[in-house]
Amino acid sequence: MVATSDTYTATVRRAALPKVRARHVVMVAYLLFMLVPIYWLAKMSLQTNQEILGGFTLWPQNPTLDNYRVILTDASWYMGYVNSITYVAMNTVLSLAVALPAAYAFSRYRFLGDKHLFFWLLTNRMAPPAVFALPFFQLYSSVGLFDTHIAVALAHTLFNVPLAVWILEGFMRGVPKEIDETAYIDGYSFPRFFIKIFMPLIASGIGVAAFFCFMFSWVELLLSRTLTAVNAQPIASIMTRTVSASGLDWGVLCAAGVLTIVPGALVIYFVRNYIAKGFALGRV
Amino acid sequence: MDKVQNNKAWFLVLPVLVLVAFSAVIPLMTVVNYSVQDTFGNNVFFWEGLGWFEQVLTDSRAHSALGRQLAFSGIILAIQIPLGIAIAVCMPKKGFWASVCLVLMALPLLIPWNVVGTIWQIMGRGDIGLVGYSLSAIGIDWNYARDPLHAWITVVVMDVWHWTSLVALLAYAGLQSIPQAYYQAAKIDQASRWSVFRYIELPKMQGVLLIAILLRFMDSFMIYTEPFVVTGGGPGSATSFLSIDLVKMALGQFDLGPAAAFSLMYFLVILLVSWVFYTIMTNLDKAEGR
Repeated sequence: MVATSDTYTATVRRAALPKVRARHVVMVAYLLFMLVPIYWLAKMSLQTNQEILGGFTLWPQNPTLDNYRVILTDASWYMGYVNSITYVAMNTVLSLAVALPAAYAFSRYRFLGDKHLFFWLLTNRMAPPAVFALPFFQLYSSVGLFDTHIAVALAHTLFNVPLAVWILEGFMRGVPKEIDETAYIDGYSFPRFFIKIFMPLIASGIGVAAFFCFMFSWVELLLSRTLTAVNAQPIASIMTRTVSASGLDWGVLCAAGVLTIVPGALVIYFVRNYIAKGFALGRV
Repeated sequence: MDKVQNNKAWFLVLPVLVLVAFSAVIPLMTVVNYSVQDTFGNNVFFWEGLGWFEQVLTDSRAHSALGRQLAFSGIILAIQIPLGIAIAVCMPKKGFWASVCLVLMALPLLIPWNVVGTIWQIMGRGDIGLVGYSLSAIGIDWNYARDPLHAWITVVVMDVWHWTSLVALLAYAGLQSIPQAYYQAAKIDQASRWSVFRYIELPKMQGVLLIAILLRFMDSFMIYTEPFVVTGGGPGSATSFLSIDLVKMALGQFDLGPAAAFSLMYFLVILLVSWVFYTIMTNLDKAEGR
């Protein structure tokens, strides 16, 4: 069987040689389209502001790390990263902690109103943050949580909890029910079974869900900007405010941008095969 | 998988219910409250009934924002779906290069949305941006801050750059699930590349493509950060999409009543599309026999 399919692909490749080339061209062109803007950002981050405004160049003439030095030594800059990572981490832990048991319930049991609940969760993933910006601002101001990390973390559960539930449910359905039943017969209690046996089985699913919670909380700006002023201000918001006030230092702006891309770029390799599943809410 | 009927499962979903109710239901009720009341400040409210809804429904500003929004979402879908399918078909099927393509393509999806805006704000500038400079060099007076058409092109290209990979990744996942036997059968029938695509790949991708269309529609329908950073909704209000207009109304001018009425109607559209989405998802699950 293996041999036949190998011969088959070999023949196809030989027969369709010009087409193979065409698809390479398309693919390379598309990847260039993806990468050139990112290259441009990285290029400008290595230039001084004078050099950027002084003349048009395709690559930095005198590469310098000064812009990164500005960000990494100035507390008003680098605290933005600390703030962002703080609320993103809080949100990821919170979302996963509540989503795990719920996803288990949805994947294993039928109960009163389960379909309605599942649908209602989906509507929250789809809800436009703009609709919630003002009410959130008032809600968190009135309970004294305005400008705290927990406020942003809670606000982002609006779309991250549904996302985590949907993704985890998709992974949990792949685990045969016999495993649960055997464990119960062996005398495991539910919490012990869940932590000792079930969670290791869906470890990759938990990783993917965590990645997507992290990511959607990291890229969001509208809510995190509305809910913070000084103490919990995310890096994204610092980029839009202080830079325009201090007369647009393009180099530093670009360096800050590059640094926001780094966390995602570091972990993307591990989830590359699950990216489609995650974006499609566990349904691919 | 046949599930067991057990209402005690409610205890497992209770934390989710409480948390999401806190972050969704309470704020939404605030919106409902504002939508039927008026105020002259000092927290004194009086009943307004459906007045705000009538006002928004007959408001030309809301109409034009909706028109722009639908046009934008339409253009986005018309470009991204075919392009995404084409990219997925062209991608290597497995091995080292497939991984490289997956990782590089997914990169734009992980960039914070305001940084996406910043990137394209820079790219489009005539003095320091690659695209703007090149266009100026060949004699086009490119200025997205002044010319509405240029602003639109910039925003559309930005969104294509940002989100086409999502469509491509979903379509690619759909292609991966087609058994090799289908291609072998097509080979025996001497099917052309086009008929393989038309009669094998496209039908098999139907499910993921519907998901892609719905996701892209929803997310483009509530786009805010990227165009806000690039154009700020301008020039004039040429790129003020629904969310930008809404935030202007609610947080900029504190027109709480109209903004709330606007939000609710916005939300109704979302609900409708979510329902379509949900129905398709559950039908797909059934079709797969899960």
